[in-house]
Amino acid sequence: MSRFGFPLWPRRAGSAQTAKDRLQILLAHERSGSAPDYLPQLQREILEVIARHVKVDREAIDIRMERGDELSSLEINIELPTAKR
Amino acid sequence: MKQQLKKDTHVSKVIVITSGKGGVGKTTSSAAIGAALAKRGHKTVVIDFDVGLRNLDMIMGCERRVVYDFINVIQGDAKLKQALIRDKRVDTLHVLPTSQTRDKDALTQEGVEAVLNELREEFDYIICDSPAGIERGAHMAMYFADEAIVVTNPEVSSVRDSDRVLGLLSSKTHRATQDGAEPIKAQVLITRYDKARIDKGEMMNVDDVLEILAVPLLGIVPESPAVLKASNVGVPVVLDDPSAAGQAYEDAVGRLLGEEIEIKVDGERRPGLLRRLFGRTA
Ligand SMILES: Nc1ncnc2c1ncn2[C@@H]1O[C@H](COP(=O)(O)OP(=O)(O)OP(=O)(O)O)[C@@H](O)[C@H]1O
Ligand SMILES: [Mg+2]
Repeated sequence: MSRFGFPLWPRRAGSAQTAKDRLQILLAHERSGSAPDYLPQLQREILEVIARHVKVDREAIDIRMERGDELSSLEINIELPTAKR
Repeated sequence: MKQQLKKDTHVSKVIVITSGKGGVGKTTSSAAIGAALAKRGHKTVVIDFDVGLRNLDMIMGCERRVVYDFINVIQGDAKLKQALIRDKRVDTLHVLPTSQTRDKDALTQEGVEAVLNELREEFDYIICDSPAGIERGAHMAMYFADEAIVVTNPEVSSVRDSDRVLGLLSSKTHRATQDGAEPIKAQVLITRYDKARIDKGEMMNVDDVLEILAVPLLGIVPESPAVLKASNVGVPVVLDDPSAAGQAYEDAVGRLLGEEIEIKVDGERRPGLLRRLFGRTA
């Protein structure tokens, strides 16, 4: 595992540093209350909006998140039936 | 046994990793065993039953990707497939994280059963990481199990709690209360095995533990700095650099799958006597 440790600092960048980094990112998100509790609601609302235009299945939505220290990404995937116009 | 009627080619097993006592290595073992099964190509999911104290996601290294959890699925706020996190290293490995904010009452028996039944359709192995104790969370983690791995450290309170848990497995579970059902198959996994302390007589040896618990031995995992390092970086120990602990988990999984693998302690072979006495029956 040399995700962080360059041989430049062979002693310092041990796995404990990785543990600290991971915890800092996670806890920053947890403490700010940005726990994804709003997601069920977000999902419902997105589906409502889409349902005004196309017929979609309640299960056809998939939300994925990846938290980072600088920014987080939210990936929303919605399966649409082939549109007939 | 609904699932057996539906499909006979696909056998799905629910395995609880339990202990009674806290901090003995259940989560470490759940991650390692789940990953080792998945590495062998079995479609595996590890579920965190420790509601309110989510930890499995950290140990598996997917903590930044949790969106929905087990409780969201039970309460109908999310679909199961939305809550499952697929491992980035082994694509047959999945995690179902638990909630950090709810309490254990959210684990209803009907809810747990529904989720497990849905998982049985898709997965070969469903590993349930039990919380410590014998309260609701631990009860729900073991209730629907087909097999149990009782994680035990060679010291008095851990062995005593393991005995208590073995009693619950054989009396207070679905299989125990169903007429004609096979009882849960329980095996002991001794972890944090410290040969130096055992040799000094400070810790009970394996034979002492097995004599008391009288269930087959699945494996012995040595006390190892590799476990701490693996948890620091969020990699199950069997996916990290080779180590004695990782090998011990690989071997345990081989035995779980019915392979004949000799049990070794720190590279030493154990005398065959024990395996003959306690060796698994078919
Ligand atoms: N074989 C081992 N060698 C060294 N340390 C270990 C070993 N197994 C577990 N540990 C350490 O013991 C501690 C507890 O492990 P773990 O979290 O897996 O236990 P647990 O039974 O899930 O705990 P809890 O009851 O709180 O859920 C951790 O710090 C872990 O790194
Ligand atoms: Mg745990």
